[in-house]
Amino acid sequence: MDKGLAIKVENLHKQYRLGLVSTGTLAHDLNRWWHIVRGKEDPYQKVTITNNLKLKDKQDFIWSLKEINFEVKQGEVLGIIGRNGAGKSTLLKILSKITTPTIGKVYLNGRIASLLEVGTGFHPELTGRENIYMNGTILGMRKSEIKKKFDKIVDFAGVELYIDTPVKRYSSGMYLRLAFAVAAHLESEILIVDEVLAVGDAEFQKKCLGKMGEVSRGEGKTVLFVSHNMGAVQSLCHRGILLNHGSISYDGAIEETIKTYHKSIVSMLQQTYLANRDDREGNGQLKLTSFKVNSVECNNIIKIECGNTIYFDLEIESIEASKGDKILIGVYDESGQRLLFLDSSSEKLTIHYNKGLNDVRVTLPEGFSLGIGQYTINTILYKNMEIADYLQQVAIVEIVEGDFYKIGKNVVNHARIFVRSSWKINHTGEILN
Amino acid sequence: MNKWTEEISPHHSLLDLKLGELWRYKDLLLMFVKRDFVTFYKQTILGPLWFFIQPLITSIIFLIVFGRIANISTDGVPHLVFYLSGVTLWNYFSDCFNKTANVFKDNVNIFGKVYYPRLIMPLSIVLSNLIKFSIQFFLFLLVWAWYYFKDYNLQPNMALLLIPYLLFLMAILALGLGMIFSSLTTKYKDLVFLLSFGIQLLMYATPIIYPLSIIKNNSPWLLRLVQLNPLSSIVETFRYGFTGSGNCNWYMLAYSTIFAFIVLFVGAIVFNKVEKSFMDTV
Repeated sequence: MDKGLAIKVENLHKQYRLGLVSTGTLAHDLNRWWHIVRGKEDPYQKVTITNNLKLKDKQDFIWSLKEINFEVKQGEVLGIIGRNGAGKSTLLKILSKITTPTIGKVYLNGRIASLLEVGTGFHPELTGRENIYMNGTILGMRKSEIKKKFDKIVDFAGVELYIDTPVKRYSSGMYLRLAFAVAAHLESEILIVDEVLAVGDAEFQKKCLGKMGEVSRGEGKTVLFVSHNMGAVQSLCHRGILLNHGSISYDGAIEETIKTYHKSIVSMLQQTYLANRDDREGNGQLKLTSFKVNSVECNNIIKIECGNTIYFDLEIESIEASKGDKILIGVYDESGQRLLFLDSSSEKLTIHYNKGLNDVRVTLPEGFSLGIGQYTINTILYKNMEIADYLQQVAIVEIVEGDFYKIGKNVVNHARIFVRSSWKINHTGEILN
Repeated sequence: MNKWTEEISPHHSLLDLKLGELWRYKDLLLMFVKRDFVTFYKQTILGPLWFFIQPLITSIIFLIVFGRIANISTDGVPHLVFYLSGVTLWNYFSDCFNKTANVFKDNVNIFGKVYYPRLIMPLSIVLSNLIKFSIQFFLFLLVWAWYYFKDYNLQPNMALLLIPYLLFLMAILALGLGMIFSSLTTKYKDLVFLLSFGIQLLMYATPIIYPLSIIKNNSPWLLRLVQLNPLSSIVETFRYGFTGSGNCNWYMLAYSTIFAFIVLFVGAIVFNKVEKSFMDTV
């Protein structure tokens, strides 16, 4: 063993079977078994298939991870980034022993604890105290260890007064704080954290980030961190790995990794029509097939002068005539902070979809603009209280200098948001002195 | 030269049950048992009373349908004692079996988020149900005592000493069968349906609502069939201990013992194999 290594991942592959398990399963199993009995190679495990989700109609098996090799030093904080479906979750699942690799090995040095969700095993009927023990033991702590850290956990969560109240009476903020507090006090040398910061308010996120920084620097823990919040990744990690279609496409300093990631999104937008995007989530009842910003197709960075009114045109394909719940549009800055959140239901829009294509236009108010910079847009279409289509990085908008105030002069980049304002001065009369 | 503390690899030995790791997680096992119990009585108004109501009403229904209407003999044992003893034991078996068989399905969410030895879950089921059984067993003792002191010709005997062992056998059988089924159902979902009515059918192949003696006189081949059921000797011995009537012998108990351990062994191996990859198939 090389001294000082915490994790070594060697030639890791993971294969998934696609589609529903049906009568075909038994036939596959028998075929597999017959090959193995005769000492031949498993017919479904040849590493020749490229990981291209577009081929999924033709192939039942897919490589979700391919040839993953990396090492993590003790005390290092490694950020893992990549688009949806790039294999981040699969990698974390293998490292947390939730599933096994198909080929390859992972070597670990030290106890590993993974936090793929805050509050795993929390039961609403149990009290805060009982849930601390429940959650802690699930995460691999002994009862005696939890007892030692109990006061610290309660203190961090700030729930002393409610510790013997069932957590179903907690506010969602308290619930999250308690859940994170347990995880933050785990006695493990390696910590895996997945998107836990996506939930909770800004204050909670800040507290968690602070604690995680403390954990890695102060206690020398090795941390693997997955997040879409590039700001958090950048401030926490020294090194980054970029996953793309199941392989590592970049491994290096975190700033470079994030840059490469942004570049890869732009080239993805250039190469793939929105309608053909394969990284969607949701039940597919609705599908966003086109997205325009100020009438420009989103197949590249869309440049808009600061001061131009912004409108989005969505083309939504519905598989049947139906009622939709809501359309959400989120606008994120480069660090992953959400700056705008447009919700059709808050504006009391009732949506009726015709079968086939439907056009929706959203217009932002005049006299409003985001500051100079690049922004990413995500969309979620809801139907029957379920997510029908969730797409990240639908478009990238770049706000460039423009004459926001219509005074014949471009604005300088001195704010993150521009709004027109009306001014009035009251002359109360008295002249001083 | 290998100094890594842990290694994750695609292949595992089938026999490596990681019992050491299981022991390290014993606190979690107890937490699960506690959670099951606490949440059960917190969520209902009548709370633990439900543990009493269910077997009592089932026994009364059996008493009416099989005792009064169908007039099936209970070998001279008071009806309520007869049915309640059967129902109490059967509940323990069927609850353990059923819950263990659905253990992957019921815990997909938690299994998908965190690793701990999956074997903890079936073990916690068996233990939680043991608490439930103890409460129901207490009810049975009350009923039995009432009939005993009313001189209903109940002859308790040394076979009572076997009761912990009988429970142990039942737990092992339920655990083993449950683990085998849980592993199969993750892949072949049809088995879920087979299971729910299979357990029902199995009850009729076990001397719960009839004594073994009644088929002994009727048809020898049916007797063979029921005796092949490893649960039969457990139920009969249990009843014999409390009432002095029942058919059991050491051979049948030995058969049940061997059967139970084989099932447990196979179950543990299959479970161990499936727990590694089941997240990919759900």
